[in-house]
Amino acid sequence: MRNLIGASLLACGLGVSGFAFAEPVKVGMITTLSGGGAGLGVDARDGFMLALKLAGAKDIEVVTEDDAMKPELAVQIADKMIQSDKVDILTGIIWSNLAMAVVPNAVAQGKFYLSVNAGPSPLAGAKCDKNYFNVAYQNDNFHEAAGNYAQAEGIKKMFILAPNYPAGTDSLNGFKRFYKGELVGEVYTKLGQTDYAAEIAQIRASGADSVFFFLPGGMGIAFMKQYAQSGVEIPVMGPGFSFSQDVLGAIGDAALGAKNTASWSPDLDNAKNKEFVAAFTGEYNRLPSIYAAQAFDTGSLIAAAAAKASVKDADAFRAALAAAEFDSVRGKFKFNTNHHPIQDFYVREVIKNGEGVLTNKIVATSFTDHQDAYVKDCKL
Amino acid sequence: MQTALLIEQLLNGLQFGVMLFLMAAGLTLIFGVMGLINLAHGSLYMIGAFACAGVAAATGSFWLGLLASLAAAAAAGAIVEMTIIRRLYGRDHLDQVLATFALILIFSEGTAWLFGSFPLYLDIPPLLQGAVELPGGVRYPIYRLAIIGVGIAAAFGLYLLIARTRLGMRIRAGESDREMIGALGVDIRSLYTVVFALGAALAGLAGAMVGALQSVQVGMGEPVLILAFVIIVIGGIGSIKGAFVGAILVGVTDTMGRILLPALLTAMIGPAKAAGIGAAIASMLIYIVMALILAFRPQGLFAARG
Repeated sequence: MRNLIGASLLACGLGVSGFAFAEPVKVGMITTLSGGGAGLGVDARDGFMLALKLAGAKDIEVVTEDDAMKPELAVQIADKMIQSDKVDILTGIIWSNLAMAVVPNAVAQGKFYLSVNAGPSPLAGAKCDKNYFNVAYQNDNFHEAAGNYAQAEGIKKMFILAPNYPAGTDSLNGFKRFYKGELVGEVYTKLGQTDYAAEIAQIRASGADSVFFFLPGGMGIAFMKQYAQSGVEIPVMGPGFSFSQDVLGAIGDAALGAKNTASWSPDLDNAKNKEFVAAFTGEYNRLPSIYAAQAFDTGSLIAAAAAKASVKDADAFRAALAAAEFDSVRGKFKFNTNHHPIQDFYVREVIKNGEGVLTNKIVATSFTDHQDAYVKDCKL
Repeated sequence: MQTALLIEQLLNGLQFGVMLFLMAAGLTLIFGVMGLINLAHGSLYMIGAFACAGVAAATGSFWLGLLASLAAAAAAGAIVEMTIIRRLYGRDHLDQVLATFALILIFSEGTAWLFGSFPLYLDIPPLLQGAVELPGGVRYPIYRLAIIGVGIAAAFGLYLLIARTRLGMRIRAGESDREMIGALGVDIRSLYTVVFALGAALAGLAGAMVGALQSVQVGMGEPVLILAFVIIVIGGIGSIKGAFVGAILVGVTDTMGRILLPALLTAMIGPAKAAGIGAAIASMLIYIVMALILAFRPQGLFAARG
């Protein structure tokens, strides 16, 4: 049945090409909906669907599947979506190791891939592709902003920590690119690790002035709870992922006051963001996370591009995507030559809002119109 | 300072080890007595954690949550044993693996359906919050000390149960010869249910205690399950003593490896590479230990059956 629909969609596409409006677009969303990373994927999916709903894009069909945070599964799903569901666009992957397994193969088959989160460095540099757009960031960015902040604050000794996977190495490289003080510890942990006693003992022994950690999802929850109980009183900071809305509730008050860096915050002052936060809270009865915001922008971008050009006309659709003429919840938004955003990065602080819910508030700007470090390696 | 770090790491290894023991004890009992490979043991751990988080959130008391975790995991274990597992004892191991894997999926989806995909909040009770000063200048979290205490008490209790009580005698008899104790008039069906519920309760207890340290979320049991299987293979299948020694060995090896290997490699190849390579080797370390032990003692350290 799906094949039939797919084939008829394709036939429609061939038959009426040149008709820009109301061309059906099929989007395959591969994201993490089960296991320790489920909170991130659920937020990304919900943000994406909300964008399509608000844009009134009824002719954009979305097929969603759970990758369970497993690269081999993500590859299978991508093959199935391309071959039997006949999707035009793939999106949704949260984790960089999954993105590295799926994206090069998908764009090689002429499909568009729009990243809602993962931004591994090879895809921004030497392996960039005309059909690959990253709406979120390049992986290093949040961490560069944190390194820049630590440097500006004059922190002398840092202990840095990240999981051992592509985004983890990108993270610590990004931090070190802008932080020039002394590193008293640099530790890579296992991806998905839940006990950090050994690392916390090292932090205690290191004599650091501050700890920078990049641990998204359940990993960060476990780390912060154990850190709060350990009696170590060295202040912590991190990229926005470590203190994102999806984990704050589970970390609890231990997160209060922590500084973190991101391209977006629920209190970011622009009309589209106010609309997004209100609509998301109304629809799903929780505050959106950075993953929801990025996926919302991805959905808005697809809807805007589909209104301008047919997805079957790859060159026109690509140009419409690259122009990025949509209202971003991050305020201004534009793509660099390597199809990664040029955007601002903020320093946020974890606070309790009026209703006693933990959330983030912008306290400073770390970078304005920041671009990634790999754009020079991209031959687009 | 360095000795303090080493002592703290040893305690961490011990705490991780006793937590693993609570999982491995149930697994090894179930395998030893019933000959069943139970992949769904990790789900019982998750049920314990969710029951504790759910009840603690509703009543505000971690201790009621802890009781609820024991009750919920034991009840889930008993129900699963009576309805599904009981039909699998006579089948071969592949059927058991398939059926219990299906149980993992059912429990995971069911929990996600009941509680949602976002991690739950479970806090450490006020009594056990914070850290204490230990001899040697080590500051150590009270809660982790409490886990070590509970784990050792559970190990001792299990030892007494198995070595000194009538139920323990039957369990040991069941391990040696299942048909014979049935023929001697022991109600083997209810014995199996009791052993399964006991194993489930221990897993639920581990889940609840760890849930307060980590995050309570769907799928939290599977990584621990893999380690528990490593432990019962190292320790010798069916042996509680083996499970205890294996668990402590795995806990200490893993924890010490994570800190010593990168430090060792730093001296040889510099810090930047050492962090990545050391972390990679450290995560393999327990499997290397398992391979070595199996190479020299294929039946495990304390095999229950020769």
